[in-house]
Amino acid sequence: MMPILAQIGSRLWMPPAASSFAGNTDWLFYFVYWVSVIMFLLIMGLIVYFVIRYRHRPGNPVPRSATAHATVLELTWTIVPALVMLFMFEKGFHGLIDETTPPDYAYTINVTAYQWGWNFSYPNGATSNELHVPLDVPVKVVLASQDVIHGFFIPAFRVKKDVVPGRYNTAWFEATRLPPVRSDGKRYFDLFCTQYCGMAHSRMRAKVFVQDSTSFQHWLDATANWVAHTPPAVAGHKLYQIKGCMQCHSDQPNTIIVGPSFHNLWGHTQVMSNGEKITVNENYVRQSILDPGAKIVSGFQNDMPSFRGRIKDDEITAIIAWLQSISDKGPKPLPMTAPKAQAQAHTPGTAPKQGGQH
Amino acid sequence: MSVTGAHPGIFDGLPAAPRPEPGGNYLTQTRGLRSWLLTLDHKRIALMYMLGVLSAYLLGGCFALALRAILFHHNTQVFAGNPARTWEFYNNMFTLHGAVMVFMFVIPAIPAVIGNFVLPMMLGAKDVAFPKLNLASFYCWVGGGLFFCFILLKGVLNVAFPALIHLWGPGGLDTGWTFYTPYSTTTNSAVISATLGAFILGFSSILTGVNFIASIHMLRPRGMGWFRMPLLLWALYATAVIQVLATPVLGITLLLLIAERTLHVGIFDPALGGDPILYQHFFWFYSHPAVYIMILPAMGIISEVISVFSRKHIFGYNFIAASSLAIAFIGFLVWGHHMFVSGQSPLADAVFSLLTFAVAVPSAIKTFNWTMTLYKGDIHLKTPLLYILMAIFLFTIGGLTGLFLGSLSVDVQVHDTYFVVAHFHYVMMGTTLFAFVGGLYYWWPKMFGRMYSENFARWAAVVAFVGMNLTFFVQFIMGAQGMPRRYATYPAQFTIYHQISTIGAFTMGLGMFLVLLNLLHSLKFGKKAPPNPWGSNSLEWQTTSPPPTENFKTRPVPGDPYDYTGWRYVSEEEGYVRIQPPPAAPVPAAP
Repeated sequence: MMPILAQIGSRLWMPPAASSFAGNTDWLFYFVYWVSVIMFLLIMGLIVYFVIRYRHRPGNPVPRSATAHATVLELTWTIVPALVMLFMFEKGFHGLIDETTPPDYAYTINVTAYQWGWNFSYPNGATSNELHVPLDVPVKVVLASQDVIHGFFIPAFRVKKDVVPGRYNTAWFEATRLPPVRSDGKRYFDLFCTQYCGMAHSRMRAKVFVQDSTSFQHWLDATANWVAHTPPAVAGHKLYQIKGCMQCHSDQPNTIIVGPSFHNLWGHTQVMSNGEKITVNENYVRQSILDPGAKIVSGFQNDMPSFRGRIKDDEITAIIAWLQSISDKGPKPLPMTAPKAQAQAHTPGTAPKQGGQH
Repeated sequence: MSVTGAHPGIFDGLPAAPRPEPGGNYLTQTRGLRSWLLTLDHKRIALMYMLGVLSAYLLGGCFALALRAILFHHNTQVFAGNPARTWEFYNNMFTLHGAVMVFMFVIPAIPAVIGNFVLPMMLGAKDVAFPKLNLASFYCWVGGGLFFCFILLKGVLNVAFPALIHLWGPGGLDTGWTFYTPYSTTTNSAVISATLGAFILGFSSILTGVNFIASIHMLRPRGMGWFRMPLLLWALYATAVIQVLATPVLGITLLLLIAERTLHVGIFDPALGGDPILYQHFFWFYSHPAVYIMILPAMGIISEVISVFSRKHIFGYNFIAASSLAIAFIGFLVWGHHMFVSGQSPLADAVFSLLTFAVAVPSAIKTFNWTMTLYKGDIHLKTPLLYILMAIFLFTIGGLTGLFLGSLSVDVQVHDTYFVVAHFHYVMMGTTLFAFVGGLYYWWPKMFGRMYSENFARWAAVVAFVGMNLTFFVQFIMGAQGMPRRYATYPAQFTIYHQISTIGAFTMGLGMFLVLLNLLHSLKFGKKAPPNPWGSNSLEWQTTSPPPTENFKTRPVPGDPYDYTGWRYVSEEEGYVRIQPPPAAPVPAAP
């Protein structure tokens, strides 16, 4: 009976289950659900019935107070609910122990949360702002925060754990099915930050891709050293997307999200909050990434976290190349002495368009 | 200990309030603003609290509607081309909504308004035990509350109109009402000022609690033993115990937070060597008992009203009274269930989960007893009872969904999602608010000597009730599906639920507006209220409506508060009158 009822309800309540222990969580959810539905209908049914059946009518007998107490009844409705709840407790605790005990052979992914984004780093050195996990393999995530408390939550896996600065929390899951196709045509699950962490808390979401082991391995290898094999300006644009820069910096003209827009930034002169004038060059960009508080453009706040330790030198170089490509003061293309086709292929201006299609 | 404030005290230097004239009632016996502002009369203090608490509710409610309006679309841009400003706006607003509603509405609503008005009269007394302390508590509330609102509103207005910063400087609070560290120690919003405001509001709560405990211990008349008290007094007593024991912990925690921000002592911030989880322990050690401060008085009102309108003795008096104390006691031991996913040990999770289920048992007992009170009654479905039945409906949903949150593995899924938001609002907003409004309708004739319009009141109740369920029921669904709380923008797949919720919120707002309209209308145009319109047997109805300043001409003799056999409805009076004289000799006090 219970599984059938759960089937009916499952469309409305829990999202499709996609991890090894999700089934247990859902079973308990629907157990509590149906106990609640029955209790609710019982109590409300009685109240509605009593209100109608015993409504005031002239000539009603004066209610007798003999029914003001019944010890056996009182004890029954104390003990029976207590026993049912004891069962819920046991099931819930059992489920929690399963959820907090990863198998020894679990594959480990380090997760770093920061205001406001996620960074996932893999044993082979690959890093990403999207979580890729292999199908049917237990994955243990080691959670660390760079600043305030965040929350790591993947609804489809029924897994949630706070990410607390100053300590490592862990969680694990084993993905058992591929994600559904979403409105953008890709297949992924949602990952949400669930602990309020300031301004862009609601934007601190990530995509969870589940892949079979071959394509996962392929992705892992490609991700570990992709910057070296990509034209710098293209790589820079991609880094802008995956390192979280785009959460706060626009690449469109005259658009401010939180920090200054990157469009036509390179080579232009900016006034700093202390009045100093700086022309944006390689060293200024590098310093702004590694030590953002050092020089703040006038009119902006010191909101940016440092990327020291989270970004490599060749990545900064790539970002510089991309910044140049979206500024009117970037390096000019080669003189027209070279054959036409060749020169166009190297025009930096074409890079962001390619990048933009990713 | 004297009953009223004839003894020397802190107000001796101040000009005394004018002496009451004989005749008339507490509203008319003295006149002028000063006679209100310096009054020691618990009834007038209750009415001033009512004005304040309802203003706070209006403020918090308007911001709730603003939040729901923003959430109507999944990516609303209030300020075009500047998403960050919209998010900041939202974060300031949800903090204001939560903090104002919790600290200034739900906590004080029933104890400070209805409790203050009714408690001394239920005891047959002239006033609370410490009338001057009562007034002091009110001014703590006003002072702390105005300061608190000013700081919070400043933040919202500064985001909306940046030019204002030049006028009054930065301010605002964007931490949520929970002030979680280390965000609250690092954000550049006005955490210190806001916590100071909450700290002062806490004192108001403590003073009210002390006053109620002393009153119930000292002022019970001969013949009213502990187990002959109306159940509202039991509920207020249990509430007061929590207020006195738990609120200081919040005060200390907020002081530690200030110390950390100003002196950089490492307590909660890991960057300074502190532990952010420690803050959560301290905070919830107060704030979980605090949810029982919010709900227990509502349960007291339900017990009173359901018995009176069933014309039948409350079912299982001893179990209801004992369950109030049990909730107060166990309520102190369940704070850890707010931290099931914080990384605390599974052992701690297990202990807190078990205790959480334990606290559900007394709540279930109360619900069953209320239901059985209706059985074989003579039920008059007047507005107060309608509200109380709605409150039970909402409490049943709110309570049962607590079972999901107590079950550890299920909690992992729904923790910090809209499921929790819905649960919390069903209990706090549903039960407490509906019981509060029901209580207002119930005691309104006693407070102002006027009857409200019955049919209009019922329709308003239905509108508010439909709105309430529309707003919050869908939030259970989207919460189970994973929609996190405190999100200014959200993934598009949750849009439909948010839209239903927003429509519900505005429906509920309309319902509340109709309630206000009806009550205000009654003050001017309502029929004159008889002394006992509902036929209750508790003592506050055994005097005129409204009562004189000293409450009773002759001190009433208490009997069983739920024995209605001595009252009969007389249609010429439009109220109940005694059909037998009160017992000649006071019944000896029960042990």
